[in-house]
Amino acid sequence: MILYAFRRLLESVVVLFAMSLVVFLSVYAIGNPVDILVSPQADAQEIERAIRGLGLDRPLWEQYAVFLRQAAAGDLGHSFAFNVPAIGLILERMPATLELAGAAMLVAVGLGIPLGLWAGLRPESASAKAIMAGSILGFSLPTFWVGLVLVMVFSVWLGWLPASGRGPTTDLLGVPVSFLSREGLRHLLLPAATLALFKLSLLARLTRAGTREALAQDYVKFARAKGLATRRVVGVHVLKNILVPIVTVIGLELGSVIAFAIVTETIFAWPGMGKLLIDAIGVLDRPVIVAYLLVTVTLFVLINLVVDLAYSALDPRVRLAEARA
Amino acid sequence: MTHDDTLLRRLAADFAASRLALAGLALLAAIAAAAILAPWLAPQNPYDLAELDLAASRLPPGARSADGTTFWLGTDGQGRDMLSAILYGLRISIGVGVAATLLALAIGAAVGLVAAWAGGRTESVVMRVVDLQLSFPAILIALVLLAVLGPGVGKIVFALVAAQWAYYARTVRGAALAERRKEYVDAAVVLALPRARILFGHLLPNVLPPLVVVATVQVANAIALEATLSFLGLGLPVTEPSLGLLIANGYAYLLSGKYWISFFPGVALATTIVAVNLVGDRLRDALNPRLAQ
Amino acid sequence: MTVATLRVENLRTHFFTRHGVVKAVDGVSFEVRAGRILGLVGESGSGKSVTGFSILGLVDPPGRIVDGRILLEGRDLRALDAEGLRALRGDRVAMVFQDPMMTLNPVLTIGTQLAETVRAHRRVSRAAARDEARAALARVGIASPDARLAAYPHQFSGGMRQRVAIAIALINRPALVIADEPTTALDVTIQGQILAEMQSLVRASGAALVWITHDLAVVAGLADEVAVMYAGRIVERGPVDAVLDRPLHPYTRGLVDSVPSRRARGEPLRQIPGMAPSPAALPAGCAFRSRCDRASAACLAEPGATLTRDGREVRCFHPLEAP
Repeated sequence: MILYAFRRLLESVVVLFAMSLVVFLSVYAIGNPVDILVSPQADAQEIERAIRGLGLDRPLWEQYAVFLRQAAAGDLGHSFAFNVPAIGLILERMPATLELAGAAMLVAVGLGIPLGLWAGLRPESASAKAIMAGSILGFSLPTFWVGLVLVMVFSVWLGWLPASGRGPTTDLLGVPVSFLSREGLRHLLLPAATLALFKLSLLARLTRAGTREALAQDYVKFARAKGLATRRVVGVHVLKNILVPIVTVIGLELGSVIAFAIVTETIFAWPGMGKLLIDAIGVLDRPVIVAYLLVTVTLFVLINLVVDLAYSALDPRVRLAEARA
Repeated sequence: MTHDDTLLRRLAADFAASRLALAGLALLAAIAAAAILAPWLAPQNPYDLAELDLAASRLPPGARSADGTTFWLGTDGQGRDMLSAILYGLRISIGVGVAATLLALAIGAAVGLVAAWAGGRTESVVMRVVDLQLSFPAILIALVLLAVLGPGVGKIVFALVAAQWAYYARTVRGAALAERRKEYVDAAVVLALPRARILFGHLLPNVLPPLVVVATVQVANAIALEATLSFLGLGLPVTEPSLGLLIANGYAYLLSGKYWISFFPGVALATTIVAVNLVGDRLRDALNPRLAQ
Repeated sequence: MTVATLRVENLRTHFFTRHGVVKAVDGVSFEVRAGRILGLVGESGSGKSVTGFSILGLVDPPGRIVDGRILLEGRDLRALDAEGLRALRGDRVAMVFQDPMMTLNPVLTIGTQLAETVRAHRRVSRAAARDEARAALARVGIASPDARLAAYPHQFSGGMRQRVAIAIALINRPALVIADEPTTALDVTIQGQILAEMQSLVRASGAALVWITHDLAVVAGLADEVAVMYAGRIVERGPVDAVLDRPLHPYTRGLVDSVPSRRARGEPLRQIPGMAPSPAALPAGCAFRSRCDRASAACLAEPGATLTRDGREVRCFHPLEAP
């Protein structure tokens, strides 16, 4: 198990290197950073100095090495727009995004799994059919439009919830969060619901399919033949079996929730790093774009690592296969 | 060929067994027809500035213009008839989605087939890249590409293809691996048929069913993704307003209660995607040998 | 006379499918006493497994018990509510399934699956349940049971898994055990071991055992009595030696003849002509008549049960010997 974790960690580091190369090439090699960094009125001498100052006269691999060294030291350059370290900007916005993504995932898991379980246990009931029909809508409707309709209904027509912003934040262990105050929660509700809908539908369908499959298995019938209460049969025997694919999907979707937060944050003017990215793209603030990409890539690689480890912890068969490998 | 014939007939019967799927198919056909026939169906050409009347801007649904035409879905900020704008927008959205899907399918399928056929190092390297790409959300990949490339129809198609080819590569490679173990491929090899002919003539037709299912779902995803990117201002230029761009344009008015400029294009978009997904969902069930009786 | 451990009277279990009513079990009666073994024999689709599940109250929709009585130690199981049935399952009546690779939950340890069976029926501490689990594993001949408690099913062979399943079934010392072809999926040598152990375990505990199988050889070596099922009905019932040596029903005769035996080497095996009728479309009268060389016009009517002098029962208008 420890060996496996170590090997996975090593793999993750390799992936990180590969991704840093891709990001470096796509953002630094395509287009000329000097055009943006140096003012258009600069003369040839100034441009020359800037090129040398930035190390752009050196071979590409050397530039990459410098980029890597600085990145490793936590320096991803200064934002053109804000003139502060880009990485600081990203990290400052990160809690807002993580809170939004976490809240959305909580809603998706908290509603999706029970709904899917219910639909799987009573497949012929009207409620199960309604859940399934709803889930088709849920993963068909584009996230941004769902957000729009929610704003239209709950903010414009009913006036119950704010349409934008994060509201007041409370410090939790030095991190500003919204969910501790009533006003913050009111601001969090619509964006989180918007972001959650797709994952909720996905999880409900996945849970339903898994439940139906597990229920048809002999081990469930055997569990009933042992006289176990329905609660234990469903809650332990069925749930623990379907949890393996569900946890995997939850983990993988966590990355996509963070990515889709870009859309939600834009609609609701939620001050997270996704909104920052869109703003940065708008003004071609490349250091910020690079910083965002490297931070999210790191985040994704970390998430994948945790999912893999959780997967082997949940399924004894996987654990054994790895021990042999 | 009789074999294929009965298979197709069984598929059609399986598909038709679901009324919801049939409704989806009918809806899809209607939407496609509306998109194709937009220039003849639309009450006005929304891009002919001569036809627009600024005095008729932001009219609610059902309002009449000075010359007596009814704007069934209202007008936007430039006095454009929303119904016409939506019909033209559908054209662009569906066109981009289908074009991107077909291209991604061709590229992904070729890569997947070759990987499955070559095996060994080539396969493991290619599949590593595919897995790596699939561990990042498609929207992020497309978004970064567009941020670097800038807006444009060709560019968004490119971004969508780059974001989606890996799905096909994985699907095809999985199906091709299963097929490759079957005897007819051995027979083709023994007969010393050219490699390309075995690949595309023998393997490809057999991996088509799963490919069709993935492609159907991906058309829906491509349309949604394009709309999302256009909404964020990264997709299509203002001169080619897809549904996503229409929704984005109307967003500012939404907060002041003029919902129709944003809402109706969204309904058109959502209906299209739901219809595609209904069809895809049923196709998957019908093609799934485990569920088919 | 003491009351039979299990007494089934006129049991009817039907499945209400879209294509019509399937009468999987249609008027089955038998009884088993404590310490005795009944072999319930039949082809696949004859309704023998459904009979087993009916006794446990585990028939899932669209199936339903529509008629009859199931008396376990004198209590009518059909009169019990869901909770009453649950309390009996795994406690007074237990079941062993056919495929040991499928019956154990792959993601729970053996210890958990044993202990939860104890704690579903008795209020004991986790430690006590674990002690019982350990003892149960030891009883079915599993070496170093203490270490095995923490193992997962995939770490066991098929034969070992079936032993675990048997340990689970017997852990609460049930009065009745229903075994649904528990050796069919195993290697022949393992099969023999499991049979012998099952026999001695049941004898030791005084439980009644219903052994469902399609294998007459197994029944011959194991059971005290045998009931032969065909198309949802018991066509012949009686002491195992009498039924197998001198079958009365033509179907039983056919079954006995189609077993390859050492004595008949070289001779072609005799088979029963034709196929068992689909349980969804049973003909009126004797269901075997289309395959039977003794059938006559009388067989268009439903044959009743005839009791013989030596305590056997047969449903046939033309038995092979006069009863």
